[in-house]
Amino acid sequence: MARLTDFDDIGRDYYQSMAMPSFATLRWAPAKPVHQSRIAMISTAGLQRRGDRPFAVDSADYRLLPGDVRAADLVMSHISTNFDRTGFQEDHNVVFPIDRLNELAADGVIGSVASIHYSFMGATPPAKLEATARALAGLLKQDRVDAVLLVPV
Amino acid sequence: MGALGHYLESEGLPTAGFSLIRLHTEKIRPPRALWVPFELGRPLGVPNDAAFQTRVLKALLATLAEPAGPVLADYPEEAPSGGTGDMSGMACPIILDRPAAAEETLEASVLREIRQLQPWYDLARERRQRTTFGSAGLDIEGVAGFLARWLDPSPPVSPRPDQSPEAMLKLAAEDLKAFYFEAMAGQPQPMTGRAAADWFWGETSAARLFAALRERCIAEIDPDRQFIGHNLLVPREQWTRFGITERWWRAPGTT
Repeated sequence: MARLTDFDDIGRDYYQSMAMPSFATLRWAPAKPVHQSRIAMISTAGLQRRGDRPFAVDSADYRLLPGDVRAADLVMSHISTNFDRTGFQEDHNVVFPIDRLNELAADGVIGSVASIHYSFMGATPPAKLEATARALAGLLKQDRVDAVLLVPV
Repeated sequence: MGALGHYLESEGLPTAGFSLIRLHTEKIRPPRALWVPFELGRPLGVPNDAAFQTRVLKALLATLAEPAGPVLADYPEEAPSGGTGDMSGMACPIILDRPAAAEETLEASVLREIRQLQPWYDLARERRQRTTFGSAGLDIEGVAGFLARWLDPSPPVSPRPDQSPEAMLKLAAEDLKAFYFEAMAGQPQPMTGRAAADWFWGETSAARLFAALRERCIAEIDPDRQFIGHNLLVPREQWTRFGITERWWRAPGTT
């Protein structure tokens, strides 16, 4: 139900008024066939391991989500109050589909799953994330990642 | 989220991302995106439905095979409604928002609700083998007490040296909601996310505490506290219930 028509006047006005960054040119990195690709996920749900530093307003850093992180150790410190959390409380895969990704690797649909995934807090203005995101690209390459799935909340 | 795609692709990494608000994705024009028609907070659509989640994930992966972009595909399958969409006919095992005495304070009302909800929270936690409560590092009574102290003339000191009082306010607020929502999930009949939200915001003293905290923070001079009051305590979709009509994101004089 994330169509603009699904929100009331307040919500619709908010989302229609939000300033968005613009990118004059499209940067396009060619992708390998998926069945040969090592896949990582980057969440912007403010996910963290229990005991890790919570996200705060304008947090521009990330938290590490090891591929073998236990569901019981996953918590969320996104600052927004404007999205449903009951789905995540019921099943972490509805926000961070690590079990589904591992199944796709076992079935040969994708090549493999990265050893570490990453989480940002999506309410931070995108421009503040740029430097960190560019540095993160190097870490992902070190993990031999071929493609990244971006999973907002 | 779409901006991250631009940044990573310019470093040579292909990306594919979910789009939640299609209008925003149309403006940002990330390299590859899949718009999904799901409730915010559920990018894979449905909890505990592996087959559904796998279909969504495969559709996102499929955008990586596109030869040129920007790609903005639409996921065609709606999430099944699942669970009851309202509270009508639901046997709520707890009686909330009924003061034991007329002089009961808001804090006492919340603590009374917590006592009623505790067995349901415990059951849900045992069944799920996990909880999302605990980011603030306080027990549930400590969470309620800390939030209530924000209604005092002077805001409380942070009980954690690594967190400011404002950061703790936000963490405690989310913990209190997590406790309530997880407790409701312990009941036999599941609710949609929206129905659970309507129950919390319409029926509980905890919601009245949040509305009071919102007013308290907005009245502060400190811009960080004002920001928390405007943005981070009462969700926009519940504003009408509390008579909130402001549009702080619009400049004065505009409509």
